[in-house]
Amino acid sequence: MTTLTTNYLTPTGREEAWRFTPLKRLGGMHDGSAIVADRHSLTLAGSKATGVSFELKSVSNAPVLSESDDAIVGRIREAARDVAVLTISANIEVTEPVILKRTPGDLHSAEFARVQINVENHARATIIVENTGDTHLAEDIEIYVAPGANLTLVSLQEWGAQTVHAGRQHAIVDRDANFKSIIVTIGGSLVRLLPTVEFAGPGASCELFGVYFATSGQFFEHRMFVDHKVPNAKSRVNYKGALAGDQAHTVWIGDVFIRAAAEGTDTYELNRNLLLSDGARADSVPNLEIETGEIVGAGHASTTGRFDDEQLFYLMSRGINLSDARRLVVRGFFSEIISEIGHEGIQVRLMDRIDNELTKAGA
Amino acid sequence: MSTLEIRGLKVSVDTENGAVEILKGVDLTIKSGETHAIMGPNGSGKSTLAYSIAGHPKYNITAGTVTLDGADVLEMTVDERAKAGLFLAMQYPVEVPGVSVSNFLRTAVTALRGEAPKLRTWVGEVKDAMEALNMDPSFAQRNVNEGFSGGEKKRHEIMQLELLKPKIAILDETDSGLDVDALRIVSEGVNRAKETNNIGVVLITHYTRILRYIQPDFVHVFANGKIVEEGGPELADKLEANGYAEYVSA
Repeated sequence: MTTLTTNYLTPTGREEAWRFTPLKRLGGMHDGSAIVADRHSLTLAGSKATGVSFELKSVSNAPVLSESDDAIVGRIREAARDVAVLTISANIEVTEPVILKRTPGDLHSAEFARVQINVENHARATIIVENTGDTHLAEDIEIYVAPGANLTLVSLQEWGAQTVHAGRQHAIVDRDANFKSIIVTIGGSLVRLLPTVEFAGPGASCELFGVYFATSGQFFEHRMFVDHKVPNAKSRVNYKGALAGDQAHTVWIGDVFIRAAAEGTDTYELNRNLLLSDGARADSVPNLEIETGEIVGAGHASTTGRFDDEQLFYLMSRGINLSDARRLVVRGFFSEIISEIGHEGIQVRLMDRIDNELTKAGA
Repeated sequence: MSTLEIRGLKVSVDTENGAVEILKGVDLTIKSGETHAIMGPNGSGKSTLAYSIAGHPKYNITAGTVTLDGADVLEMTVDERAKAGLFLAMQYPVEVPGVSVSNFLRTAVTALRGEAPKLRTWVGEVKDAMEALNMDPSFAQRNVNEGFSGGEKKRHEIMQLELLKPKIAILDETDSGLDVDALRIVSEGVNRAKETNNIGVVLITHYTRILRYIQPDFVHVFANGKIVEEGGPELADKLEANGYAEYVSA
């Protein structure tokens, strides 16, 4: 094990990108004080389907695909010696989801992990990353979706209560390719994810979906950035969050940048938060920066509210008790996005966990 | 045989200008198998009566009693009232996003019967109820009231009336927004539910046209927060001819 020594621009909490994050709870991943763990916890579950390869490459054989000014990504790039590379070969359609699992680590050191997902020309696949147990993880996932390819990436944060997870999921989406991301964050002490998209060719599209449910003491931050730098690309963002319990805190930032060259851009982002009890805090900040007026559409909406009394009355007037009525409403609230996963077993598991969290929170 | 007794019921709502009394002493008795039409002009308090009996939190009961077979309804939570046998078909049924009609109905019937219905018979029950109301089978997979037309919302309410089998049902302007065909289908549903389960029905309406399909045993004229005249079906004919003018000006 080694300790990081390079002096990056360490966040102080005054920066726009860090102003919501409780830095003291990051386990030193942001300021170089974390001990770098010597582990590779990402594994491929099940047998490899045709056209799927998963291997560990040395960093010299897997150069970075993207730039980042994020301090933790910078430290990951310094610390990581290897890169886990998942490739879907050109023209292959993988029918069953490819499942990657992160096994738990320890809380005394932090894993600084680099991952690359490469979906070659006209390939099509669903990749599910399951994160469970307790660990400290700093993770940079770079995704390249080649021309005409189609990737659905499901990222499940079903962490244990002690986990600190800071990461970026950066997708480069090329001509006529589609990237669909579903991020579910329902476990962990602190989770800070940067789902970012960079369009590399016209006709590209992305859908960024997310759900998060924070209970007492949990901090979950999701900070999108969609970079429209080519013409005729389309982006949709839809994140839904619920909060219950004292000191539950969520942050959603939706940055969309439409550059001068990005004529014909079509973008819409939406964030809805449901506050299930007092003492919880949901921050929601959509940002749209536009350098050209020649676009199809650009919009955003953000709402934060409590249970709708009329919905609860309607359900209860049919004999359903208050706690079951609330449970139905919360399930309904999340189901729009959970159903996008398209995997019945996982959807049921996530809904059950949400039910349990709701029960525990007494909301 | 069940009896819903409303005695001296006074209800107010909170407004910016303080509490405003809407119901000013309502007396009404409904027994199993009876159909009562409550007719009156807009703003007379008809819907307030319906929602107060169902237990909507917006309405404050300031005086009076409501009992179902002697049990104090006003002491019950909203779901307990439904379990006791009360049902309110709403004028504006509420959307519940992400909750399918099928899941909603199963949850409700499980709560009311105290156990989950046997899957095979339940699927058949729902299918029959939907067919009887001319509803497409895909309806069960849609989210509760979300994107429903006015007519679909009302059919959905009456489908619940048939499936949930209450003792006393209050239908709040179930006829509003229905075309002639839908009115006939919905009315047949009410008559069927009433005959099958001997339900006592309170039909709240502004217009007499639904009374051509659902025969009332009693007609009550509601104005200014109370019942101002009562009679048999012939009273509805008089209202059809003369309107509410004499009650409003009185």
